[in-house]
Amino acid sequence: MTSTSFDVEKIRKDFPIFSRELPDGRPLVYLDSGNSSQKPNQVIDVMREHLALHYSNVGRAMHVLGAESTDAYEGARDKIAGFIGAPSRDEVIFTKNASEALNLLAYSFGNPANTDPRFTIGPGDEIVVSEMEHHSNIVPWQMLAQRTGATLKWFGVTDEGRLDYDPALITERTKIVSITHQSNVLGTVNPVAAVAARAHEAGALIAVDASQSVPHHPVNVAGLDADFVVFTGHKMVGPSGIGVLWGRGELLEAMPPFLGGGEMIEAVWMDRSTYAPIPHKFEAGTPPIVEAIGLGAAADYLTEVGLDAVEAHERTLTAYALEALREVPRLRLIGPDTLEERGATVSFTLEGIHPHDVGQILDDHFGVAVRVGHHCARPLHLRFGIPATTRASFYLYNTTGEIDALVRGLHHVQKVFA
Amino acid sequence: MIGESMYQELILEHYKHPQGRGLREPYDAEVHHVNPTCGDEITLRVKVGDAGKILDVSYEGQGCSISQAAASVLHELTTGSTVEETLSVVDEFTRLMQGRGKIEADEEVLGDAVAFAGVAKFPARVKCALLSWMAYKDAVVRSAER
Ligand SMILES: Cc1ncc(COP(=O)(O)O)c(C=O)c1O
Repeated sequence: MTSTSFDVEKIRKDFPIFSRELPDGRPLVYLDSGNSSQKPNQVIDVMREHLALHYSNVGRAMHVLGAESTDAYEGARDKIAGFIGAPSRDEVIFTKNASEALNLLAYSFGNPANTDPRFTIGPGDEIVVSEMEHHSNIVPWQMLAQRTGATLKWFGVTDEGRLDYDPALITERTKIVSITHQSNVLGTVNPVAAVAARAHEAGALIAVDASQSVPHHPVNVAGLDADFVVFTGHKMVGPSGIGVLWGRGELLEAMPPFLGGGEMIEAVWMDRSTYAPIPHKFEAGTPPIVEAIGLGAAADYLTEVGLDAVEAHERTLTAYALEALREVPRLRLIGPDTLEERGATVSFTLEGIHPHDVGQILDDHFGVAVRVGHHCARPLHLRFGIPATTRASFYLYNTTGEIDALVRGLHHVQKVFA
Repeated sequence: MIGESMYQELILEHYKHPQGRGLREPYDAEVHHVNPTCGDEITLRVKVGDAGKILDVSYEGQGCSISQAAASVLHELTTGSTVEETLSVVDEFTRLMQGRGKIEADEEVLGDAVAFAGVAKFPARVKCALLSWMAYKDAVVRSAER
């Protein structure tokens, strides 16, 4: 059923998890990649080999293993820079995940030790986010507002699940706009370039949470016109424990360090320190070495498969799913019901049936793994007047047959609760 | 088909036709409990009469079938009994729920609540079943403090 240029069965063979069964012989139908993706052998093998044969600390060890480990770690930075089209490899900062990257950024503002006017903030200044953000792109900004007396504002979301974009919300008092590239609940892809243009016109900086876009579409940070882009390794067939903050070099240089410690310094006296140049200024302590190397392998893997092909495959799946879900009675889609500007994440409610019951029965009877709840986007659910949704999210290894299994499961759920 | 054992007919019945639902006057204590991991919530009131007799347990809430059915069963089992009797039912129910599916339920004590035995095998859902029961315990304690 899926496009001929893309051999999904071949892809699935790269992912050892698809060769296992669930208890009671249920097949695994993994529709939860928006939460975290599965890992191919190409990533697992690179990580295993590094641990087995090349491992030592990076940056500071004057021996063969130290050099090999450093080369591999810094090589991963090169790969990520290439993967997202970063003008310079030094603009790629490794973090623990997207959440840490966003916190790093939020803590760069209103730091009394930093006087660069782009990063000063106080009462009267504004931070702009949207109602469809993941908690990771809301809470750090709330905390910044609390610390500094700045005002947090947000774009709303339309009934259709689109960004209710009002350029006038961004004013000359706005210091930073931080919005998601693709919603982790609605699947909506936001007009980031337009928002970035408006932010820059107003003299504000713009950050893009690309956690749900970088794994699925070719993303070029220069093309987005953003100042900062964050994403997380575990959603893009890479390991957990590694994320990325990309920022424009001159901004990263102007920002104060976030965490202090080894490797982020230039020189230390008892009463003061000077800091290493970027990227190391933001990478205090021993980094997640093997995870970064695994992320580099993940970028290689996705490049090898081709993100255009991944995107096209996901589009086929999304079209198929939207069509199939339309046939399920009393199902309410939360998010756009067309393919326009949307990714492969489909959330919905079934009238009279709580998503936890939906998820439980799908898992127990059909081995269908979906996510149920508010998906770390509680304000968005409040906006739609619902406590929770069921979310199916697709990736390169999913098939239309798995969507059929989901739909069969939903019919069964409705039978149980009829 | 593990799931079938969790969604017992009796649970589904209580979910579809909840007993004693709605907040009523008079009451001695009102509590509001939430399960932050899934957003299930319940507001629960108790009215205690002479000799510690539970005259009414009224509630309003939202959540999954397990949490809502558990509140309905709680209402049935507690109304008309004494505080002391009901607290021992709560204890037995808690023990069953926290037993990871390895505990034999005491049907004498639990009555209809034994239908929830299957839930104990799903750690993520135990809190759903316990939500209203913990709220009840809290409300009874508070009513005694008055
Ligand atoms: C849109 C979005 N932003 C941020 C995050 C946070 O990612 P992490 O938990 O890896 O920090 C997620 C995923 O959970 C997400 O979907």
